[in-house]
Amino acid sequence: MRIAVCVKQIPDPATPYDLDPDTHRVVRPNDQVLDDTDRFGVEVGLQLAEGDDGSVTLFSMSPSGSLQGIRQALAMGADKAVIIDDEALAGSDALTTSRILAAAIEREGFDLVVAGTESTDGSSGVVPQQIAELLDVPSLTFARKVEVTDGGIRVEQQTAGGYDVAEAALPALLAVTSGVVEPRYPTFKGIMQAKKKPIDTLTAEDLGFTADQVGDAGAGQTITSVTAVPAREAGEIVEDDGEAYLKIVALLEQAKVI
Amino acid sequence: MTTWVFSEEIDGHASASALELLTKARTFGDTSVFHIGAGSDAAYAELGAHGATKVHHLTIGDRLPGAPAAAALAALAEEHGAELIMFGMGNTDRDVAGRLSARIGRPVLGNAVDVTVDGSVRVTSEILGGTQAVVTEATGSAPALVLVRSKAFPAEPSGEGVPEVTAVSMPDLGHAGSAVITESHVEESEGPDLEVAGVVIAGGRGVGSAEKWVVIEELASQLDAAVGATRAVIDAGWVPSRLQIGQTGKTVKPDVYICAGVSGAMQHLVGMKDSGTIIAINKDAEAPIFAAADLGIVGDLHAVVPKLTEALRNR
Repeated sequence: MRIAVCVKQIPDPATPYDLDPDTHRVVRPNDQVLDDTDRFGVEVGLQLAEGDDGSVTLFSMSPSGSLQGIRQALAMGADKAVIIDDEALAGSDALTTSRILAAAIEREGFDLVVAGTESTDGSSGVVPQQIAELLDVPSLTFARKVEVTDGGIRVEQQTAGGYDVAEAALPALLAVTSGVVEPRYPTFKGIMQAKKKPIDTLTAEDLGFTADQVGDAGAGQTITSVTAVPAREAGEIVEDDGEAYLKIVALLEQAKVI
Repeated sequence: MTTWVFSEEIDGHASASALELLTKARTFGDTSVFHIGAGSDAAYAELGAHGATKVHHLTIGDRLPGAPAAAALAALAEEHGAELIMFGMGNTDRDVAGRLSARIGRPVLGNAVDVTVDGSVRVTSEILGGTQAVVTEATGSAPALVLVRSKAFPAEPSGEGVPEVTAVSMPDLGHAGSAVITESHVEESEGPDLEVAGVVIAGGRGVGSAEKWVVIEELASQLDAAVGATRAVIDAGWVPSRLQIGQTGKTVKPDVYICAGVSGAMQHLVGMKDSGTIIAINKDAEAPIFAAADLGIVGDLHAVVPKLTEALRNR
């Protein structure tokens, strides 16, 4: 099975990011890490590939200067990576990102696309569904358990009140939730091997896109303002002296919930 | 503005998000609903009472809704000249919106907490843990696709009549539309619903382990509160993901929100910052949650919470 795993490098969530006041874009630090949610997608891809002697290729739209996050995923065991790195892509909206990733995946060939449900630093949370529609394949999303069937996949999908079991034949797209599997940590050997694994770098033009279809020019949305939300009035902070719970009791009485 | 609202029928009711969105959409003018699921009179009555004049209904059967619903809605939007299509942020909403977006080549404006129409469609979303409000305008051709967070607009009936219901035929999409749901399971949950509870008790990674989670549940049962969790707790597998509060989880606005062992990552803050009274217990005096709290206790939650539970039990 040829498995394509979509991954994203993001600024380390432990260090808050800023917005450029002029472009309203996220100021991306040099050091970027693999989005934690993507570790689950990589792990699912690796497990499915191990089950049937398949291959795992990573796809990421990312400035190739910092490949720390991609190396992390290669060190987990992915076979190769395809990076789409192009200055023209700066300012792209999520739909353009999906178009680029879908085009790169189609060019490489695939049986199954695996993605995380939603990136930690994004907001729309619809990239997997967009990619599936562009590739004209079924999408099994919000998957919390995955198994291979004869010629397809079966998942447990999280729903508001429980879960559904859903099935699709391949080729298909699978978007997994965090917690679906326990992501492996790269071994020392894996980290050493990752340094020698192939990373192909493509531009938007290589994938047949013109400059006006991508980046700011191709985006169907524009940020018109960014303003500070009035901060909540500062509360009372106390050190627990063994009796601090009494303050909570008093506040609960004041709020009339007890 | 010709506005459409997406609705999914669940247990004979229109989705809660659809009623919230209709409450807003009816102020924009003529409002139609694209409704998927069984198609009951009760659901139509709810949609009508919240301002829908027309309902287009797609019976989905055992098909996974994303692909067929997106294709049917794309055709309807074109035929009726939809200018704005509003979705909630439920899983089916996102599946349909995402596929529709790629199908018609329009972006999705997500995480909206407000929507305005004035020639163009603009949405407000909050980033950086709700500290910054970003206004994004949909440019290019109609329709604009918007995903709205729950509780952005409180649902209020307008008392209007019964909508006109039109059946929509299932599009034939071949392989792309062939995924099916073979089983549906409801998981029993105890206590009040997280999204409507007056008091919410949330635990974070600081609780320590699945075994120690009982400290959160015992406090919740004393206060008849709903239990919530941060993404770290969900990822660790201590509790089911339906309890997740935050950007990728639920939005809660209880009268009182008590959290223990929650650091206050931006991801989490956006899901609870509009609660009435916020009480935080955390060992780390520097934890960002304290900036959002009305009362912050710097201390060991495993010391503070059991004492609190005991005090409430003895009242």
